[in-house]
Amino acid sequence: MTDLLIKLIPVFPLLAVIINGLAGTRYSHEIAHRLAWGSVGLSFLCTLGVFADVAQTGVAHEVIAYQWIFGGDLTINLAYLVDPLTCIMLLVITGVGLLIHIYSVGYMHGEAGFTRFFTYMNLFMVSMLLLVMGNNYVVLFIGWEGVGLCSYLLIGYYYDKVSAAKAASKAFVVNRIGDAGFLLAIFLIFINFKTLDYTKVLAQVSQLSPEMATAIALCLLVGAVGKSAQLPLYTWLPDAMEGPTPVSALIHAATMVTAGVYMIVRNHPIFDLSPTAMTIVGIIGGVTALFAATIGLVQTDIKRVLAYSTVSQLGYMFLGCGIGAYTAAVFHLMTHAFFKALLFLSAGSVIHALSGEQDIRKMGGLSRKIPWTYRLFLIGTVAIAGIPPLAGFWSKDEILAHAFTHEHYLLYGMAAVGALLTSFYMFRLTYLTFYGSSRMDHHTEEHVHESPMVMVGPLMALGVLSVFGGFLGFPPDHGWLHQFLAPVAGMGGEHEASTGLVLLLMMIATGIALIGWGVAHYFYSVNLSAPDRLAAKFQSVYQTLLNKYYVDEFYDLLWVEPTKKLGLLLDWFDRTIVDGLVKGVAQMAELGAAGSTWMEKYVIYSGLNVIGYGNHLIAKQWRQLQSGLVHHYAAILVAGLFLLAVIIQFIMQL
Amino acid sequence: MVPLSAYVAVSAVLFITGLLGVLIRRNFIIVLMSVEIMLNAANINLVAFSYYLESMAGQLVALFVIAIAAGEAAIGLAIIIVVFRGKISTNVDEMNLLKW
Repeated sequence: MTDLLIKLIPVFPLLAVIINGLAGTRYSHEIAHRLAWGSVGLSFLCTLGVFADVAQTGVAHEVIAYQWIFGGDLTINLAYLVDPLTCIMLLVITGVGLLIHIYSVGYMHGEAGFTRFFTYMNLFMVSMLLLVMGNNYVVLFIGWEGVGLCSYLLIGYYYDKVSAAKAASKAFVVNRIGDAGFLLAIFLIFINFKTLDYTKVLAQVSQLSPEMATAIALCLLVGAVGKSAQLPLYTWLPDAMEGPTPVSALIHAATMVTAGVYMIVRNHPIFDLSPTAMTIVGIIGGVTALFAATIGLVQTDIKRVLAYSTVSQLGYMFLGCGIGAYTAAVFHLMTHAFFKALLFLSAGSVIHALSGEQDIRKMGGLSRKIPWTYRLFLIGTVAIAGIPPLAGFWSKDEILAHAFTHEHYLLYGMAAVGALLTSFYMFRLTYLTFYGSSRMDHHTEEHVHESPMVMVGPLMALGVLSVFGGFLGFPPDHGWLHQFLAPVAGMGGEHEASTGLVLLLMMIATGIALIGWGVAHYFYSVNLSAPDRLAAKFQSVYQTLLNKYYVDEFYDLLWVEPTKKLGLLLDWFDRTIVDGLVKGVAQMAELGAAGSTWMEKYVIYSGLNVIGYGNHLIAKQWRQLQSGLVHHYAAILVAGLFLLAVIIQFIMQL
Repeated sequence: MVPLSAYVAVSAVLFITGLLGVLIRRNFIIVLMSVEIMLNAANINLVAFSYYLESMAGQLVALFVIAIAAGEAAIGLAIIIVVFRGKISTNVDEMNLLKW
């Protein structure tokens, strides 16, 4: 029963993709969106069934749907592995995915390409489900590339907008760098284990030499860094905000970008063998968390602030992985999916209300005009800032606490400063958007309206999850989630911290969040000129942050421009040298041909004409046979074959 | 277990269908489709015998046949389009330029 449900989970969205993709223009938008979110809803129901079974029995299910490739050492099945980790991912993907699909019905209403949007979204669901459900690296890779493709298609959804098309290409190209690393990792794994199934690989992981484990772990990390937008490959994610807001919420906040974290947690036995790789994971996570948070401080586009905050929060998850706190990383992944989807969708609701305005300098005073969006955005802000008892506090505090108790004080420091900045820039965003006086132009202000129920409903559901989601991991280190994930992620707690220390760390984390709030309150509510004066005082720092540390420019200079120049050089080489050679050869041939023509015309022809005339006489008769009609020839051919068959039959019998 | 003879029978039926199509039908496109049917009949044979004789060679040849069939379809369709532009017809009876 459970096996059947597991097989059915990805089938529903796939059916919707096929139907909407092939025939979507033949029926109304109502049917198209019902199909889209209905299919995700069915997947969600199946997931609930599977989850109930796994939660009860604690047994991982391995289901082979289809034997795909086999030959030599290689056997690859389209097979699913559903263990507690996959269950959590499935619940997040189908649950949050369903809410975002429903929200999209309202948000995308009246857009051109409405059906195309839902087709891509469903295709994304299929790919993401394959990614987390696969029982081997190849299925994981298919899902991995599938979500990359859908991300590309959906960032470039407004394909007639140049910036969107460029952002889509950028996301695609940057992700390829990571994917190359991931592919190398898969090859290395196959060379070492002669199999690609997780269960078999992870069971024999201890045979690896430390060097090989490090190599595989680092290649996997390159893949994870690309997909999860960590340093140094994070530059595509902020640009990805060109896509519609539900896309940012689903793909670039809640699900796809967490694939890297999922992959590391799934492969943690390999990482555990290599302290070097673990250190690098932790450092990448810590530095990214801090680095992206600083950029988020000064951005003025509501979605870009959220994008940098996503990069930063993903940094926390990597940090958690790097110190071995896998459960905490998955916990943060889950709560982050709740509150970040909530924040993005509320931001979408704000943008919707303001007829497409995204610049927070042109907002303000919206709390009375769109009260529900405001309340829910505030919940999301409090959750991400890490103020108890909302979801973000429990998961972030757990990562921080692990960093401290496992004596990674440097990482703890980075994460703590990052948390302070997070709290500050999120409350800055809230204050600038919802409080103070309105900075909208008159025309926009007249049209401000609360979003319809179909958008606010999913927001409320996400709001509830953002408030109560943290209790799945309560009490810290011994919550339900930890028990549930223990078979996969391990308990990881050999340094059992004393209750006093845990409480102290919690108090520090809460204090940090409240300080961030207080500073934001002072800057954007009490002393409104303070931010500008501060910016003027530290002009160079401010400019650096505003220009995102010039990383894009640096990459342009380092990679993009040289590549373009190389292309031009090769083009020149092709045109002048290769083409020149070809033309030279052609001229030589022409010269020779002229000589031959003379020879042929006057010497050979006269000789041949004699033979030719004789032939001509005979051919005159025979050419009647060549009617030029293909089926005549075919008939003659068949008749001949038949004759041949008869003759052979006779000879056989003789 | 499906016996080999069944595969061969299906293949023969398909082949004859295709052959009759080539000989009888006058529409070039249908003739082309019939040729594809014959090729696929051959493929069934190849794969069936390959399985029966437990040798991969037949399946390999079938793969080649598929590739060649694709090329053949592309060239055939291109010819049809060129002829159609000149003659406004896809009737094979009217395509008798290829003589003398």
